[in-house]
Amino acid sequence: MGLDKDGLLRAYRQMKTIREFEERTFTEIMNGQIAGFTHLYTGQEANAVGVCEHLSGNDTIISTHRGHGHCIARGADVKGMMAELWGAASGLCKGKGGSMHIADVDNGILGANGIVAGGPPISVGAALAAKIRGRDNVSVSFSGDGSVNQGTCFEAMNLAVVLKVPAIFVIENNYYSEHTSINYAVGCDDLKARTEGFGFPVFVADGADFFDVYRAAGEAIGHARAGNGPAGIFCEQGRFQGHFVGDPQGYRGEGELDNLRGERDCLQHFRARVGEYGDVSAEELDTIDAEVLSLIDEAVAEARTAPRPTAADLDSDVYINYAQGGA
Amino acid sequence: MPEKTMRDAINEALHQEMAVDDTVFVIGEDVAGGNGSDGTVGCAGGVFGVTAGLYEKFGPLRCIDTPISESAIVGAAAGAALVGMRPVAEIMFSDFIGVCMDQIVNQMAKFRYMFGGKTRCPAVIRFACGAGFSAAAQHSQTMYQMMTAVPGLKVVIPSNAYDAKGLLLSAIRDDDPVLFFEPKALYQEACEVPDEPYTIPFGEAAMPREGDDVTVVAFGQMVGRAMAAIDGLEAQGISCDLVDPRTTSPLDSETILESVAATGRLVVVDESPPRCGLTADIAAMVSEKAFRSLQAPVKQVCAPHTPVPFSPDLEAEYVPSIDKIQAAIRETLQ
Ligand SMILES: Cc1ncc(C[n+]2csc(CCOP(=O)(O)OP(=O)(O)O)c2C)c(N)n1
Ligand SMILES: [Mg+2]
Repeated sequence: MGLDKDGLLRAYRQMKTIREFEERTFTEIMNGQIAGFTHLYTGQEANAVGVCEHLSGNDTIISTHRGHGHCIARGADVKGMMAELWGAASGLCKGKGGSMHIADVDNGILGANGIVAGGPPISVGAALAAKIRGRDNVSVSFSGDGSVNQGTCFEAMNLAVVLKVPAIFVIENNYYSEHTSINYAVGCDDLKARTEGFGFPVFVADGADFFDVYRAAGEAIGHARAGNGPAGIFCEQGRFQGHFVGDPQGYRGEGELDNLRGERDCLQHFRARVGEYGDVSAEELDTIDAEVLSLIDEAVAEARTAPRPTAADLDSDVYINYAQGGA
Repeated sequence: MPEKTMRDAINEALHQEMAVDDTVFVIGEDVAGGNGSDGTVGCAGGVFGVTAGLYEKFGPLRCIDTPISESAIVGAAAGAALVGMRPVAEIMFSDFIGVCMDQIVNQMAKFRYMFGGKTRCPAVIRFACGAGFSAAAQHSQTMYQMMTAVPGLKVVIPSNAYDAKGLLLSAIRDDDPVLFFEPKALYQEACEVPDEPYTIPFGEAAMPREGDDVTVVAFGQMVGRAMAAIDGLEAQGISCDLVDPRTTSPLDSETILESVAATGRLVVVDESPPRCGLTADIAAMVSEKAFRSLQAPVKQVCAPHTPVPFSPDLEAEYVPSIDKIQAAIRETLQ
């Protein structure tokens, strides 16, 4: 497994932080506190954490419209994120980006992304930079089952093989892109084989099982770090919420949601199985739960009263330097 | 006459034209309503519900869900149109033009010219556009101002439900490629819309307000705001012409020029950024063709030269407000 006790506790804390961040965000949206289009990651926490627990230093990730989980897993400041959702000037992106554009490039987070499959080509660039500089860093793009049908995704995968760069394509299959099932949208029967056809190995994981994602991610990232070029990780796990907050979810099958929450909860699974991997007690996990809840409470309290941006902030940050003649 | 929202008016136009012309079909992401877990469709009718009911009525060959593949969607519409169909493709948000720009700008826009006038491409691409939902930089742009610059495309930007229905029917029947931009802030806005089909010709502006002092030209979502701004100035004894061009390509410059000849003053309002945009285009056209009528500098009221911000506070500053439009009108009168 390769995770010591501290590692196990950290992984659990990360997953729990994502879960509570998302559950609270849902509540605050329903309360009319948060504007815009918000896509929640609830249920898929093990994907992000199982991958990001292998990353450090100059490793990068790039995310999607459903990006809160990836950003937290890669170490984004939770309070800064919450303030960003509120559109506060103290938000991670000064209120300019919002849920779909949370980023912290200096800390390896190349941004959530509002364009489906906007991320994979960019992550090939970050991987190329690592190769040119002779570093052993990897560059991870998270994207959904819907992203694999976008030309940019195909182009990025092929280019990564051609350039033999350490790009990791994490495909999170939550079975739907908006209302459309993967069974409809992916024309072939075997997406893994289709992806491997580009010329890199794909490791499949059960996204309800942190330990399985951690294993698969270890193999993929190990392959790329060793200079063997790109690798793929397929994580299978449904989302607990609608596509966006407010989605009536008419496309779901009978009992599907109950089954997900009841049978495929990565946090419950972690608690049930962590004993096989280390000496972690339920009390220790309970303590983490309580700490996470108070962190989220604090984040919300601070976001609520944080100063808002003003008209003067509107046209800053478009450029670094924009000299106008006659100015 | 019944009141209908812009969403319902567009939906009705699609239903009516598909019923009378079997070369018309609809294609896009979730336009049928997604193909849910058990393969049943029809739960949504597009993320904004604009294509609701088409799948049930016209079946899977004429209301077609696609994977997330904008280049292929636009290309498929262009190709089907080249061989005689009249597709209406939906690209969910106009911002995603970024993904399929080649098929729009290099392919469908140019077929007719490149092929020596020997072909036609009667495709319509519909987009939801504009700000107002804190949807941030990649889901709030207008894009119609950029597309207006492309020779070979016709560009439609309705400001109300009545116009949306008549313009969409014209767009589908038009033999050239048409980009049809629907301000998403207006989907729920209702006005009187006849039940029967009707068309509104391209290149003919509407004049929802008539007055003597200033000509105001506004597009899409900004037409309603300009109307409110003008109505608010009435008590101060200021009256304005309001010109809603409805199509930016072709553009009804005649109506604008006639109005400016009478008022001598011009304010142009759009929610796009200012550079190389519609307001500048119209300001330039008027200063070239009606310089001697002008009694004051032309005022442009538009978004700043920035991406669309997320924060509701900033977005409210970004989109031209009624106050800003009124201030510009007053300024031309000083
Ligand atoms: C280029 C582009 N097309 C369409 C959309 C609208 N859209 C946003 S999310 C989404 C579905 C994405 O599905 P998937 O990749 O499976 O990610 P998930 O939402 O399941 O996490 C769509 C169609 C978009 N944001 N960008
Ligand atoms: Mg999905």
